[in-house]
Amino acid sequence: MAKIWVYAELNQGKLQPTALELMAKARELGDVEAIALGAGARAAAATLGKHGAKVVYVNEDASFDDFLAEPAADALEALHKEHSPDLMLFGFTTDSRDVAGRLAARLGVGLISNAGDVVSKDGAFVAHVPYFGGTKVASMRADKKPAIILIRPKSFEASETGGTPEIKDVDAALGAGSKRAHITERVVEASEKVKLEDAKVVIAGGRGMGGPDNFPLLEALAGALGGAVGASRAVVDAGWVPYSMQVGQTGKSVRPGVYIAVGISGAMQHTVGMKASKIIIAINKDAEAPIMKMADLGVVGDAMKIVPALTAAVKAKKG
Amino acid sequence: MKIVVTVKQVPDPNSVTVLEADNTLARDKEVVLDPGDECGIEEGLQLKEAHGGEVVLVSMGPERAKDAIRKGLSMGADRGVLISDAQLAGADALLTARALAAAIKPEAPDLVICGTESYDGSTGVVPAMLAELLGIAQLTVAKKVEVDGSTIRIHRQTADGYQVVEAATPVLITVTAGIAEPRYASLKGIMAARSKEIKQIGLGDLGVDRGEPAETIEGLTQAEARKAGVIIQDDGTAVDRILQVLTEAKAI
Ligand SMILES: Cc1cc2nc3c(=O)[nH]c(=O)nc-3n(C[C@H](O)[C@H](O)[C@H](O)COP(=O)(O)OP(=O)(O)OC[C@H]3O[C@@H](n4cnc5c(N)ncnc54)[C@H](O)[C@@H]3O)c2cc1C
Ligand SMILES: Nc1ncnc2c1ncn2[C@@H]1O[C@H](COP(=O)(O)O)[C@@H](O)[C@H]1O
Repeated sequence: MAKIWVYAELNQGKLQPTALELMAKARELGDVEAIALGAGARAAAATLGKHGAKVVYVNEDASFDDFLAEPAADALEALHKEHSPDLMLFGFTTDSRDVAGRLAARLGVGLISNAGDVVSKDGAFVAHVPYFGGTKVASMRADKKPAIILIRPKSFEASETGGTPEIKDVDAALGAGSKRAHITERVVEASEKVKLEDAKVVIAGGRGMGGPDNFPLLEALAGALGGAVGASRAVVDAGWVPYSMQVGQTGKSVRPGVYIAVGISGAMQHTVGMKASKIIIAINKDAEAPIMKMADLGVVGDAMKIVPALTAAVKAKKG
Repeated sequence: MKIVVTVKQVPDPNSVTVLEADNTLARDKEVVLDPGDECGIEEGLQLKEAHGGEVVLVSMGPERAKDAIRKGLSMGADRGVLISDAQLAGADALLTARALAAAIKPEAPDLVICGTESYDGSTGVVPAMLAELLGIAQLTVAKKVEVDGSTIRIHRQTADGYQVVEAATPVLITVTAGIAEPRYASLKGIMAARSKEIKQIGLGDLGVDRGEPAETIEGLTQAEARKAGVIIQDDGTAVDRILQVLTEAKAI
């Protein structure tokens, strides 16, 4: 049986949901072990066990929370040396990416990034990676051991199998040399009413909204539908809305029941984060915009007129 | 402060690209300086203006990648280094990072600035690998950078806000596209760039061998496309149609 490792990212004591998604996939590929580092690792280990981890390596040293990438890369390097896994799975998140990149360079093995799936084939691991504007999928075989593969959040559905893991303490000798990128402060800017990732309905606005002053139109619609507001990167970069609202390759991945794209053209880097939505509705002035080709319902028209009318109609219908 | 900015030449996001029969990108299409790296250059120039020093652009790519470097020089960077070698065709992230590291090390920069991810590769891992190979700390996804003596402090974008993260130089940072609006090259800048140095080097000069690639592309398949739905003009009935879809989806 292949030995599969899942890097279970923790963020200030909280196990990140992607870790459990990766567990579901890892179970199909071999014997699963997980690595949890930082505050909350021990509690996370129990959850990881319920999701199929036979062994969980833990260490609750504060360095893992206070310093970027290097302490985690050190611990993984040491663990790798001792146990030599066949495959290491990471989520394609900024924190995990930093760790995996350093580790892959240190081990000299390279890695496959931004994958949507991984399968085992003739004893090797093959990742499916979006290619050429997302219109194609490349099958990339990892040729080194360990194979290191980074997988987009929300690629798999987490599910419990029940189980109690063996918890092993990692003896990580963390030298001052790796405590370099020091997190001195954490600032929370967004206080979302409904979490974007969990919302049943997402209304996302792009450059076609004309300016930040028009985003309240989307908030009103989201309020009426009990949904959350998202955005394209163009408007995040322009400073209209915070990054926490960004959907797409470099933002959040969502798969709500309904996704309403308003004034968004549908660039591949945006759609990779929302194309798994059940129903997609697009409102756009341009009938030729790429988003129209993937929408279940595409409405050609002016968002400034349609959105307020829609909000009023939803409210009227709900009574 | 000595600043190295890594810059990549990529297919023009505004041009339509086609795939050749062998699944490589058509060679003759429009290429540009990666828009993300343009923001990196801008940040580097602003730091130089505030703190003095030098901005060196380092790129790996075919000979025509000189155009991307030249563009950065016309914005105001001081000089460029191009790593170009037939053996680097189809380089993966690790080989790219190894080549960049070998070229950057002798420069002994205080600060290395990279884009968060490239427009075409988008693996987002070259910078972390590069930091590792240079043996320096990395501060990633910066939307703001401050220099405080020999400490670099950034605002690191997170899902719900940002972290303040700092490290002593030398350090590598990756910057978001929102960090700084790239300046336009002035006519004077374009003229000046013509006489600025772009040093071209090969793998042999760097003492890097190609090595075995870490991964192989086994094949390409058509991505599962969503079935196209209906497209309607907003002739006054659009709101009703949307309501109908929302109701069927049990969103109301
Ligand atoms: C490495 C990389 C990563 C990226 N990551 C992301 C990411 O995570 N998320 C993301 O979204 N993008 C990402 N992008 C950017 C992406 O390529 C696009 O540039 C971006 O998504 C475009 O945003 P937009 O659709 O709002 O703007 P545009 O492309 O400018 O589209 C605006 C749309 O609004 C329509 N419109 C205008 N006025 C109206 C009106 N009154 N009513 C209705 N419609 C109107 C127009 O017809 C047009 O279709 C990334 C790019 C790169 C290179
Ligand atoms: N061939 C290259 N030459 C110079 N810089 C590069 C190259 N490839 C990647 N980079 C840098 O690394 C960043 C991230 O790229 P990537 O890891 O490919 O997504 C880019 O924005 C560049 O700054």
